[in-house]
Amino acid sequence: MKYDFLKVPTSLGNHDNNRPGTNHMSNSLSTHRTRRFRWQDRIFRGATRVFAFIVLALLVGILASLIIGSMPAIHKFGFGFLIDDSWNPVTEKFGALVPIYGTLVTSIIALLIGVPLSFGIAVFLTELSPKWLKRPLGIAIELLAGIPSIIYGMWGLFVFAPLFAEHVQPWLIDKLGPLPVLGPLFQGAPMGIGMLTAGLILALMVVPFIASVMRDVFEIVPPLLKESAYGLGATTWEVVWNIVLPYTKIGVVGSIMLGLGRALGETMAITFVIGNAHQLSTSLMMPGNTISSALANEFTEADGKLYTSALIELGLILFFITFVVLALSKLLLLQLGKHEGKKS
Amino acid sequence: MFSLYARRQFANKFNLIASLATMLIGLSALAWILWTLLTYGLGGVSLEMFTKSTPPPGSTGGLLNAIVGSLIMTVIATLVGTPIGILAGTYLAEFGQRGWLAPTTRFINDILLSAPSIVIGLFVYEVYVVSTGHFSGWAGAFALSLIVIPVVVRTTENMLKLVPNSLREAAAALGAPHWKVVTMVTWRASKAGILTGILLAIARISGETAPLLFTALNNQFWSTDINAPMANLPVVIFQMAMSPYDDWHKLAWAGALLITTAVLGLSVAARILFRQQSSSH
Repeated sequence: MKYDFLKVPTSLGNHDNNRPGTNHMSNSLSTHRTRRFRWQDRIFRGATRVFAFIVLALLVGILASLIIGSMPAIHKFGFGFLIDDSWNPVTEKFGALVPIYGTLVTSIIALLIGVPLSFGIAVFLTELSPKWLKRPLGIAIELLAGIPSIIYGMWGLFVFAPLFAEHVQPWLIDKLGPLPVLGPLFQGAPMGIGMLTAGLILALMVVPFIASVMRDVFEIVPPLLKESAYGLGATTWEVVWNIVLPYTKIGVVGSIMLGLGRALGETMAITFVIGNAHQLSTSLMMPGNTISSALANEFTEADGKLYTSALIELGLILFFITFVVLALSKLLLLQLGKHEGKKS
Repeated sequence: MFSLYARRQFANKFNLIASLATMLIGLSALAWILWTLLTYGLGGVSLEMFTKSTPPPGSTGGLLNAIVGSLIMTVIATLVGTPIGILAGTYLAEFGQRGWLAPTTRFINDILLSAPSIVIGLFVYEVYVVSTGHFSGWAGAFALSLIVIPVVVRTTENMLKLVPNSLREAAAALGAPHWKVVTMVTWRASKAGILTGILLAIARISGETAPLLFTALNNQFWSTDINAPMANLPVVIFQMAMSPYDDWHKLAWAGALLITTAVLGLSVAARILFRQQSSSH
C-alpha cells in the first residue's frame, strides 16, 4: 500500500497495473466496513447495557414508588408505626406491629420445620440415594416449588386445616399447653387456621428452595475429602456432619436465608390459612396476620389516603426486610463460590 | 470400645433413616397435594368451564373469561418481559467482564428473582393504576412482565455462558463483528436454553396471584378490553375459594387443577428442552 504512489497509472486495459487500484478500493471498503462494524458493535453493546440498567432501575423504581406512596403514613405515624399494634380504619389509627409479628412468627416456624426437612432431603439426594433415583427425586422436590402458591392455600384451608384441627391441635393443646415456658404458645381452641398452620404450610413451600441450594453446595465438596474420611472409618453420617457440613456451612446458611426471604414474602397461601385477624396473641393456634396477607386482603378495599398509605408502608417494610435477607443470602453464597475458586 | 462403635453405628443408622423419612415427607406432601387437586378438581371439570363466563353467586357457570384474560395478560407479559430479559442477560454474559454494572445488575437481579411478588403489585399500582385512575389488564400484564424479566435474565446469562468460547473465537476470526457473533452464533447455540428460561418464566407467572390482585383486579363478565379490569384465573380462583358457595368451590378446584397442570406441564417441557441444550454441548 505504501508503494501505491510509486505506481504510474497506465492504460485501463492493463491487468497488472490495474491490480493496485482494485486493491486500494477493497482496502478502503474494508476499513469502511470495519468502521461500520465498530459502530454497530457499539450500538449493540449500548443497547444491551441499557437493558441491564433497566433491571437496576426496576429496583430503584420499586423502592422510590413505595417510599413516595407511604409518605402520608410516615408523616402521620413516624417510627411509632413499627411498634404500634392498633389497626383501625375507622379512626384511621394504624400500626405495623401485628403484621410484622405475624410475618416473623410464621417465617420462624417455617424455618424451624423446613430447615431440618430440607437438610434431610439434601443429604438423601447427595449421599444416600441410588444414582438412578437422584434425578427423578430431585425433580419431584423441585415440582413442589412449581405448584402455585394459591394451590397450597386451598389445600391448606380445605384439606390440611380440618385434619389438623381434628387430630393434631387437640393433642398439642393437651400435652404442650400446660408446660411452663412453651405452654402459652399452644393454648387456645383447635380452629385449624392460625399462625401455626400458616407456618407449617410455609415450611413445605420453602423446602424445595432450601433443599435444592443445599444439594448444590453439598455437591461441591471435593470427593477426596469425603473419601479420606471414609478411609479413616467414618460412618456416612459422620462424613456428612463433620466433613460436608463444615465445608459448606456458608452455603448452608445462604440457603436458609434464601428460604427465609421466600417465607417472609409468601402471600397467597398464608392469606388462606392465617385467619386475617389484627390481633396480637402469644398462642400460635390463634389467627393472626402477616404483612403480605394484610395487603392481599385489604388493599383493594382500602378507602382513604391514610389507609392506603399505611398499607403501602407495610409493603415497604416487607420489601426492605426481604431485600436485606436475600442480599445476605446472596453474599454468603457468592463467598462460597470464591472460597471454592481458591481451593481448586 | 464396643459401646462407642455401637453408638456410632446407631447414630449413623438413626440419622440416615431420618434423612429417608424427610425425603418421604417431601414426596408424600407432593403426592397429597396433587391427589387433592385431582379428586376435587376433576369433579368440577366440565364443558361449561370452557364455554361460559364466571357465574354470579349461587348459580353455575364457567371460567371462560378468566382463562382468556389470563392468556392475554400472560402473552403480553411474555412479549414485553422476554426481550428486556434476553438483552440484559446478554449484556451480563457477553459484555459483563469488566465494570461495576454487570456485577451489580447480577446481584440485584437475583434479589428481584425472589422478591415478594405482592410488592411488584404495589409498585405497578402506584406507578400505573394510580396515574390512569383505574385497574386494567395492562397493569396486570405489566406487573407480570416485571416477574418475567429476572427469570429470563438469569437463565439467558447462564445459558450463554455454557456456549464454549472457541465458538465465539472462531466467528471473530472469520471477521464477524461482536454483535454478529452474539446474534448469529451464541444466541443460536443457546436457543433451546433461552427458550427454557422463557418457559420457566411463563410457568412462574401463570400461577401468580398476588401481583394481579390490585392491578388487573377481576371482572365477572366477558371482556377482552385490556384497558379495563380483567378477569384472570388465579384471582378468580382465590375469590371463589374464599366464598361460601359450594358451586364456586367446585369451580375453583377445577380452575386450580387447570392452572397446576399448565404450570407443571410447562416446567416439565422446560426441563426436557434444557436437557437437549446441555446434551448438545
